[in-house]
Amino acid sequence: MAEQRVVVVGGGLAGLAATMKLAELGIPVDLMSMVPVKRSHSVCAQGGINSVNNVTRQQGDTEWKHFDDTVYGGDFLNHQPPCKEMAEWAPRIIDLLDRLGVPFNRTGEGFRDQRRFGGTLYKRTAFAGATTGQQLLYALDEQVRRWEVEGLVKKYEFWDFLGPVLDDNGVCKGCIGQDMVTMETKAFPADAVILATGGCGLIFGRSTMSMACTGSAASRAFQAGAKYANGEFIQVHPTAIPGTDKLRLMSESARGEGGRVWVPRKAHDERDPRDIPEAERYYFLEERYPEYGNLVPRDIATREIFSICTESGLSVEKGKLCVYLDLTHLPKDTLNKKLGGILEIYEKFQGVDPREVPMKIFPAVHYSMGGLWADYERTASGNLLEGSPRNQMTSIEAMYAIGEVDYHYHGGNRLGANSLLSCIFTGLFIGPTIKNFLENLPKGTSASDMEPSLYEEATKKYQAIDDELKARPAGGENPYLLHQQMGEIMTKNCTVVRHNENLKKAYDEMCELEERAKKCSLSDTGNYTNQNLQFTRSFLDMFPLAKTILKGALLRDECRGSHYKPEFAMPSLESEDEDERLREAETWCDRFEENTKKWLKSTIAEYGEDGEPIITYEDVDTSLIPPRPRLYGLKGAEIIMQVWNARMAKQSNQADSKTEEAVSSS
Amino acid sequence: MSESTDQSNGKSPGSSQPKDTNKEGIPPKSPHGQGDHGDVSNKVKEKPKSLYIRILRQDSPEDASYWERHTITYEPELNMTTVLQRVAAQAKTADGKDVTPVAYDVNCLEEICGSCTMLINGRVRQACSTLVDNLLQENAEEIVLEPMSKFPVIRDLFVDRSRMFHALKKIQGWINVDGYWDAGEGPKQSPAEQQDRYPLSQCMTCGCCLEACPQYTKIEVERGEGESDEAYEDRCREAYSKGFLGAAAISQVVLFNLHPTGKMRAGERLDALSSEGGLQVCGNAQNCVSVCPKSIPLTTSIGRAGRATTVHAIKRFFGF
Ligand SMILES: Cc1cc2nc3c(=O)[nH]c(=O)nc-3n(C[C@H](O)[C@H](O)[C@H](O)COP(=O)(O)OP(=O)(O)OC[C@H]3O[C@@H](n4cnc5c(N)ncnc54)[C@H](O)[C@@H]3O)c2cc1C
Ligand code: SF4
Ligand code: SF4
Ligand code: FES
Repeated sequence: MAEQRVVVVGGGLAGLAATMKLAELGIPVDLMSMVPVKRSHSVCAQGGINSVNNVTRQQGDTEWKHFDDTVYGGDFLNHQPPCKEMAEWAPRIIDLLDRLGVPFNRTGEGFRDQRRFGGTLYKRTAFAGATTGQQLLYALDEQVRRWEVEGLVKKYEFWDFLGPVLDDNGVCKGCIGQDMVTMETKAFPADAVILATGGCGLIFGRSTMSMACTGSAASRAFQAGAKYANGEFIQVHPTAIPGTDKLRLMSESARGEGGRVWVPRKAHDERDPRDIPEAERYYFLEERYPEYGNLVPRDIATREIFSICTESGLSVEKGKLCVYLDLTHLPKDTLNKKLGGILEIYEKFQGVDPREVPMKIFPAVHYSMGGLWADYERTASGNLLEGSPRNQMTSIEAMYAIGEVDYHYHGGNRLGANSLLSCIFTGLFIGPTIKNFLENLPKGTSASDMEPSLYEEATKKYQAIDDELKARPAGGENPYLLHQQMGEIMTKNCTVVRHNENLKKAYDEMCELEERAKKCSLSDTGNYTNQNLQFTRSFLDMFPLAKTILKGALLRDECRGSHYKPEFAMPSLESEDEDERLREAETWCDRFEENTKKWLKSTIAEYGEDGEPIITYEDVDTSLIPPRPRLYGLKGAEIIMQVWNARMAKQSNQADSKTEEAVSSS
Repeated sequence: MSESTDQSNGKSPGSSQPKDTNKEGIPPKSPHGQGDHGDVSNKVKEKPKSLYIRILRQDSPEDASYWERHTITYEPELNMTTVLQRVAAQAKTADGKDVTPVAYDVNCLEEICGSCTMLINGRVRQACSTLVDNLLQENAEEIVLEPMSKFPVIRDLFVDRSRMFHALKKIQGWINVDGYWDAGEGPKQSPAEQQDRYPLSQCMTCGCCLEACPQYTKIEVERGEGESDEAYEDRCREAYSKGFLGAAAISQVVLFNLHPTGKMRAGERLDALSSEGGLQVCGNAQNCVSVCPKSIPLTTSIGRAGRATTVHAIKRFFGF
């Protein structure tokens, strides 16, 4: 049998982790990426990576608690076995990164230092200055370079993934890529294709993401038949620096290290923020969430900052929505050591020193929890079956998805510092999966057994897309300007607060925009380093995902994680009377249970023949930790929790007595 | 200013600022601003209505380069990647001629990926972190963009920096772990060791230091008629391995040789530094350190590498 090859598309943390692991297992890899892998978007991550560690362990922390925080933070939309497996791998992953030379910050005694991130009470987050993503990416990039020298990895940088090649049975037998310099379109026969292509922030115009985060690869897989899940779950990061081309992230670590969020109690107070006395400052997160303070989970912080500016009208500035994120009370030395890199970003792009003056920040689109649907095989104990060929496989056989482009680890909302983890975890974990898959491939079905015509035809099909674009008459619509409009529609209607009316309108607007986009024309019709063509093609591929996100949001009539529809928000308990409050709590819990039954489901989108997304729902594996209300800051939370716990206790008693009965009767 | 410098040498902020050289002609900034960008919006009193951008274009490696002038509407807080986005969107020169969008390399937009390096008003830097309001201080009339001169132009402002990645292979820029299975924690390291390595590890392979280096000269390998990709790559590799490694790669040797595990292969990396195109090519001009956007102490690294190479050579000579 000819050599079996694997194509990894994307060289961020997930793609690089997969590549180095596959190489170690002796499997040759073609690594394709739109940008040189060392310049992938993962380089932007600042804050850190989570795992239980020796210190937190002694404070009572366990892998189970990390797992619990992950699914609780995700509002239980996460699939539990993969999350459990990930939490258990986490300490080993950090150890490996440490061995690979990542310059993690150290304690005085020389151990790795950790900080606290949102959505947990433990200091679980290992970090390397304020450029953790860069440091992790480089460590993996270096390992992959080592394998490149050994001849197991061949890199295709500045190559654009155009789509998978499927055989007559719909099984993936490789993919088509285009050299972004020479514009050559070429087939890559392979027995497995792993997509590690990251998020799709560019659909929202400006976001915290990089220019390569177009979602084009995911969209092309979707259009080829792969299912896309939980698209509507888009994380909006609470703190970003508004800019003309990008909304630059101000990492959660700024709050982790003690940063405080506030607005002047008086709207648009024009005084220098440092002259505003404590009493006239409104530390709204600390006041409303005494337990978590400034470190409430992201969705909550985002909504609070958003509403303090919009509904309460307390934005710091009149013309621009923003609040203060204040570090000026912290020692400069600590700031420089622990947050140097991110403070530098603020200073560089805003021209103001955040050690001296409170920063002005506002929420921005940041992360795609949803992505390509991917499978897994669980064990009886609720872990993943290591090496199962099903792990991370998309609905197209032999095509896999890992990293931000998969969907099942972060549920309705991702915890800070859990994404670098899920990227590296899925990357490493897929090694044995692919190995087994390749070993068990039925004879005669390998890519090398395929007729050459399979690849020739697929190549032609994708070339035809380019030919059609180039043949369009000049003077049509401008793809760059239409892309801006797409971003505006999405950002206005489908981010922090969502209303059905607006979503319906936005969907129609998106369809109109799509019609106009069909008349986009190119300003460059040449055959060499044509960035205009490349951008336009990615832009056109944003529509299927944009519509999937909008439709998913429109149909989901509830609040969960990042998806917030005030119309369906669960009420606070209002009554002052104790008995009445108890009754309210009972009703609240009834409603919660009903809602869970109805909506605790993954949204599954398929690309319809007419190009419209078809939405169905699928159960989520919540067998390990029963879903419970997420009550951060809700009035009456304690009573609801009491009632809820009583119900749970009763249920488990019943279950116990049932098993006892079963045991005694047998 | 950069904390990486502060971390590396423990000096207080502001004590060593290679970027100071760039500050010439910039009036004092607002009382609170400390960065070299100051409170940009206040600096330019008279805002222009339009910006003029002169760009050195080149359609392909075989074609000759030519200048083209573009204009866009001025807005506050513009950076150069936004300007390039606008230039691409309008695809028209200042005098209204339809042209193709200007090609350039970009990704992160926050000066961390190293993609968008180019010459802006003659100075090598990242387009994304270059603010228009500051450029207007340098020259209010126009902004001049050119591709880096030390790398082959692919098209317009987009150059081929693969030689930099080749250099990282040559110096074996990685830690040789036994395998990716679980083998417990990495070696214990003091905070001082971490602070020594961290700044070096921030090198984003952007190429500024090489552009500024008088000893680093362009290597352009022309593709032969009908030459296969593999054959062409082999010839590139050969040509690159004879050329100067440059400051970035030398500094990476120091980074890996400082690591407790990396040290075990220190000799091999030092051998690479002593081979053709190695450390001996450096003329100590120190241009590199003053243009590094990450304020990496490159000349310190070069000094350290030099001493280590000498010791290594002596040891080898005496057969230690
Ligand atoms: C500013 C910022 C800060 C963050 N900080 C943290 C943090 O502190 N902790 C944390 O856990 N998470 C953080 N995150 C999230 C985390 O960084 C990302 O989710 C993660 O890096 C994604 O990695 P990835 O490997 O999936 O994809 P990416 O790193 O996005 O890489 C995608 C790869 O796919 C390639 N690609 C894409 N499309 C194509 C195509 N069509 N053809 C060919 N190649 C293609 C790209 O070139 C790239 O190589 C942060 C995110 C942002 C935006
Ligand atoms: S010190 Fe050496 S590497 Fe740096 S610019 Fe001078 S010659 Fe080049
Ligand atoms: S050393 Fe500095 S200038 Fe040179 S490539 Fe690295 S980051 Fe760029
Ligand atoms: S775009 Fe990444 S450095 Fe400028």
